[in-house]
Amino acid sequence: MTISIDPQKTNNEGLQPKGWLRYFSFSLDHKVIGIQYLVCGFLFYLIGGTLASAIRIELASPMSDFMPRDVYNQVLTLHGTIMIFLWIVPVVNGAFGNYLIPFYVGARDMAFPRLNAVAFWLIPPSGLMLVASYFVEGAAQAGWTAYPPLSITTPQSGQIIWILSVLLLGGSSIFGGINFIATIIKLRRPGLKLMQLPMYCWAMLGTSLLVVLSTPVLAGTLILLSFDIIANTGFFNPVLGGNVVVYQHLFWFYSHPAVYIMVLPAFGLVSEILPVHARKPLFGYTTMVFSIMGIVVLGLVVWAHHMFTSGTPPWMRLFFTIATAFIAVPTGIKFFNWVATLWGGKISINSAMLFSCGFIINFVFGGITGVALAQVPFDIHVHDTYFVVAHFHYIVYGGTVFIIFSSIYHWFPKVTGKMLNEKLGILHFIITFIGFNLCFAPQHWLGLNGMPRRVAEYDPQFQFVNQISSLGALLMAISTIPFLINVFLSVRKGKDAGDNPWNALTPEWLTSSPPPVENWEGEAPLVEEPYGYGKEISELK
Amino acid sequence: MLNKNFYLILIISLVFAISFWIGFNVNLLPAEASINAPIYDELFKILFIIGLIIFIGMTIAVIYSLFKFRKRNDQIGDGIALEGNLSLEIVWTIIPSIIVLLIGLYSYNIYDRMGGMKELNHNHEMMGSNTEKIWAGISQTSDNEIAINNLSIEVSAMQFAFLFNYPKGNFISGELHVPVDQKVSMKMESKDVIHAFWVPEFRIKQDIIPGQPTILNFTPTKVGKYPIICAELCGPYHGGMRASIIVEEESDYNEWFNKNKKTEVNL
Repeated sequence: MTISIDPQKTNNEGLQPKGWLRYFSFSLDHKVIGIQYLVCGFLFYLIGGTLASAIRIELASPMSDFMPRDVYNQVLTLHGTIMIFLWIVPVVNGAFGNYLIPFYVGARDMAFPRLNAVAFWLIPPSGLMLVASYFVEGAAQAGWTAYPPLSITTPQSGQIIWILSVLLLGGSSIFGGINFIATIIKLRRPGLKLMQLPMYCWAMLGTSLLVVLSTPVLAGTLILLSFDIIANTGFFNPVLGGNVVVYQHLFWFYSHPAVYIMVLPAFGLVSEILPVHARKPLFGYTTMVFSIMGIVVLGLVVWAHHMFTSGTPPWMRLFFTIATAFIAVPTGIKFFNWVATLWGGKISINSAMLFSCGFIINFVFGGITGVALAQVPFDIHVHDTYFVVAHFHYIVYGGTVFIIFSSIYHWFPKVTGKMLNEKLGILHFIITFIGFNLCFAPQHWLGLNGMPRRVAEYDPQFQFVNQISSLGALLMAISTIPFLINVFLSVRKGKDAGDNPWNALTPEWLTSSPPPVENWEGEAPLVEEPYGYGKEISELK
Repeated sequence: MLNKNFYLILIISLVFAISFWIGFNVNLLPAEASINAPIYDELFKILFIIGLIIFIGMTIAVIYSLFKFRKRNDQIGDGIALEGNLSLEIVWTIIPSIIVLLIGLYSYNIYDRMGGMKELNHNHEMMGSNTEKIWAGISQTSDNEIAINNLSIEVSAMQFAFLFNYPKGNFISGELHVPVDQKVSMKMESKDVIHAFWVPEFRIKQDIIPGQPTILNFTPTKVGKYPIICAELCGPYHGGMRASIIVEEESDYNEWFNKNKKTEVNL
């Protein structure tokens, strides 16, 4: 056994439960915490997906006939909040970040293991609280944006529980962000330079900077909003002289960077997956690093593009148009680099690769509609319509969720020591890809032609296209079945993976599968070229 | 080598041709019924074509790579150890920057032609005192023109209806009637939560905000009845919060106006 750096930690480990029970414990092991994040996030994904199905059932007919109108608004609010704060953010940051970052920097754990466990254990109670608020007086029904004065005038208990829950989740996110920054900057193994880190570290560094800079603004805003609701203050209440547009500025100062908090880690993950399965070095490492940092800086100064119809002055509209459109440049560089990474490779066409390529295609589509939406005159027509709904689902589902699945197929052998079934995986990809595009592509047309978002009823002329969209949603729901079967079968009876089934060069593969508690028997390897495919070092493997 | 370049040029030309053909022949937008609409549709067409070229190009590149560079069963080892190419990186930094900049300038021009960049004067007759803070929606006209020519309508929005007040006729209507080809200027204010005024056929939208009046100016160009849709979540009946705008010939409009007009004496 290896010598532990922190003797106190060894003592604590003696008290940790062994086996599957450790996943229900206050474990300090970053790998256990990573899996806790992933499984917890996936359970909330199933809840959020059920709510999404309820929305699509309601919208299969033009009348509001499936559920009461106020319940519909609660469902869409919970759907948005759960998918963002309990599924995507915790999984792409918390789950993969915790599992991979210590390996990538050559550490035995995160910088602050206890803070790490606290950050995770804030999530289940706040998620349950959010869902349970439905049974109190009805959940929040002002949308995940919670714009006042609507959020002040709807039933208070639901909105207050929503605020508490989002505050706790924001706190969890900040704890995680601080931990990632500290780990990446301070815990690197001696000899490992910043520019030798795998790309996911850079993505998490950028993401964590955004988390730490912008999440406190959301927290402050929501605290002010809760004062307006329970203490009759007038920060955002126009009846008392408050200003509702100020809330929107503050809210989007967090919530636009939140988009990058959801996609930058996915950019990092895909940068790890593509080189392994294409057997080629990541194309343009340095430009990739600079484009991540470019996205971080630009991402902080684009928030008002969510408010082009809120009555912003013309100069502000112009500035935010240009700033937003320019995010397409660093993002575009990354996509060109990924295609260049594929070019001339020896590509294994497996589930991880297919989900990653699906991500590229979907995200390029969502990025193009994003540049269009950045243009004020374009946005004025489609703002708050199904066009926007389609756009951001192409980004967060077609983009990030595809990468979450790709990552699960890629790292499942490392975590469990078993391979996932490729046939079921490819079936999962095909149903997801078709279902997703069938569900969301037609929604662009709906938005352009006059269907606003967040409605329970609509003009009957849109019925057919809405039914196509609902059919796509049904396929998306079905697609989780082969995935779940695959996971449960493979954990028990999957083919043995060995330590490094993909012949990958990044440090997490240079240990046993599943890895030991201290990550490596003996010293952490010094990986100077995490993408050295096609060179001598990889020929040796 | 020549052969390879030939195919590359052929594919690029095909992508451009298909994108232009789709851009010019597939109409995804509703009818054009205001001065703004054709200007908007021009921008849409340009963005649609550029978007199609990039999307089709990238999709072909990904699918081609997957097919062409797939690992055959008899192959072992890795792909080429190519870590980057500075001149390529510069090319795909500069070209997108130029495209984005040109789109930005072009959309600025479009927005200017729609009237969005004009500062609205804060103290013309309709808007009351000059200390009142007003945010502008799209404006097609200069302020003097509004004061002289326009039809001033005051819109109030509430859960879950729009009310249109015609100050000159001293009456309130649940339907918005406007004469065709005339500038309309609306001052909008909400009585409760945030709503939005959207007419898809006019390609305009402006939030209606409590405690903060907003202005929206437009000129309808086509006689007909169009939906007015609330686009900002405003409560349980948000989906049902709709009204109609009826664009009619001036004579029909005047007839309707005179029928509803109340004289000051009556009040």
